[in-house]
Amino acid sequence: MNTLKTPDAPRSERTSKRDRVADAAAAKPRQLYTVANPKKNATLTFVTGLFTVYCLLPLVWLLINATKSQADFISSFGLSFGSQFSLWQNIVDVFTFQDGIFSRWLLNTLLYVGVGATVSTALAALGGYALAKLRFTGKKVFLLIVLGSISVPGIALAIPQFLLFANLGLTNTPWAILIPSFINPFGLYLMWVFSAQAVPTGLLEAAKIDGAGEFRTFAQIALPMLTPAAITVLLFSFVSIWNNYFLPLIMLKDPNWYPLTIGIDQWNKMGSSAGNGILIQNLVLTASLLTIIPLIIAFLSLQRYWQSGLALGAVKG
Amino acid sequence: MFIAPFAVLFALVFIIPIGFAAYLSLFQDKLIGGQVFVGLSNYIQLFGDAKFWNGVIRVMVFTAIQVPVMLIVAMSLAMALDSKRLHGTKFMRISVFLPYAVPAIVSTLMWGFMMGTKYGLIGNLNEAVGTSIDPFRPDTTMISIGIMITWAFTGYNMLIFYSALKAVPHELYEAAAIDGATEFQVVKMIKLPALRGSLVVTIIFSIIGTFQMFNEPQILSSMVSNSGITTYYTPNLYAYNLAFTGSQQGYAAALALVMAAITIAIAYVVQIRGMKDALE
Repeated sequence: MNTLKTPDAPRSERTSKRDRVADAAAAKPRQLYTVANPKKNATLTFVTGLFTVYCLLPLVWLLINATKSQADFISSFGLSFGSQFSLWQNIVDVFTFQDGIFSRWLLNTLLYVGVGATVSTALAALGGYALAKLRFTGKKVFLLIVLGSISVPGIALAIPQFLLFANLGLTNTPWAILIPSFINPFGLYLMWVFSAQAVPTGLLEAAKIDGAGEFRTFAQIALPMLTPAAITVLLFSFVSIWNNYFLPLIMLKDPNWYPLTIGIDQWNKMGSSAGNGILIQNLVLTASLLTIIPLIIAFLSLQRYWQSGLALGAVKG
Repeated sequence: MFIAPFAVLFALVFIIPIGFAAYLSLFQDKLIGGQVFVGLSNYIQLFGDAKFWNGVIRVMVFTAIQVPVMLIVAMSLAMALDSKRLHGTKFMRISVFLPYAVPAIVSTLMWGFMMGTKYGLIGNLNEAVGTSIDPFRPDTTMISIGIMITWAFTGYNMLIFYSALKAVPHELYEAAAIDGATEFQVVKMIKLPALRGSLVVTIIFSIIGTFQMFNEPQILSSMVSNSGITTYYTPNLYAYNLAFTGSQQGYAAALALVMAAITIAIAYVVQIRGMKDALE
């Protein structure tokens, strides 16, 4: 059951590995490498390292170029710093350009992500748990339809969603972004797999015999066991809503409701419409950097949780 | 009921729009008379629409090349990272995954600038060496988009494979070592079979993803001139332009449904094949 790590497992694992190596070294000094701890391979490290460079290069490029003024961005070499360090000035400009609309976009994004990810995770947890542990009619049909919907391309939905929402008067309001984000079929699937494996049915029955209602059993017994899966679903909805471009592009016309992605796109278009726009590529790049930092922090700080959640999903996957 | 809130919203977000699309696809917007019922004529028109097929063939060729390359790289990376034979495994694992957290708009911007000849690294290279490489010529734009998409999703797929490998019981490796299995045999007999289930899932998701390609060509078309990106470059872009700039919503709905049918058919075939392989 090494997939169900406690939060501090990676660290303790590392220490125990070190201990094991140390023990082995003390007992039999010549058998340092075991199946669990093989010899490091320089060639393999190099090849994988090359791919790592491909992955990190654009991010390093962004980091460097966000520190340049517009003049430096145009004139200096892509991977070197400009003649002056303008990161702070750029950040100030990003937040003050066009009467500080960037703050508005940031708040909109936080609203879409905060509400959308929380609600979609809660619905997925309730639904996944019910599918795995409760008996009701039409369960198979429901599951089949939901899983089938994962393969329906977004475009097949987006256009009719737009027309439907337009008829309901919801386009150009936050609801047009929020309502579609509440439903996460893949999250439901992950919660279903996870509930089936991690929540012992006997424990639920015991709680019910002790007089707990369905909801109380869920909230007090099952929910704590579902935490790694819930964090995984939460994080992945977080990313997909934060990065969403297509849906807000069609649903929103009013710049006051734009999320960051559409806002940055607008700024970029302003700069690249040849001749008749002002070049603000430095602001576009700094805004881009500010947009990805929260996501990277979320992934790095929560990785031990979401990785164990993914691992359990992968067993059945 | 636990499932009721999900079910109600699911109907609103998925079922009703699909039904609505099916309904709309039977109508055409006419300059005179507004929306007119035309039966299946949108579908018949689509069947002979060279622009539509142009996009379909483009994404199919792209998928046939990009998806295998990306998944083989992702699988190799997952095995390399799982082998514990690398220095800095943890750093590499998270670095490869990080691009997944970058929005398409930002990723396209970065790669667009970097590969651009005007301000980018390719421009710097051309200046320094005297070459005239242009990654956004009409015949190479698709390759450049491939580099961006591979960059964005390899790490995500790698992580799914990596999680599947983590679930392999450690005793298997020890038993193999005792039996004197070579590294190659361990990969072939233990690791590849362990990845089969997640391979089916990643293939299906990757196909769905590339068939829907929209963000990269849409953003690039306004960033780069003469990139060869047309309004019907991918089926998705075509549907978007039909619905929102050409206001041919019925035709766009028919297109979207046909693309959904093609995608689901392919996903279904992959799944059946994947299951059959697993049973044998």
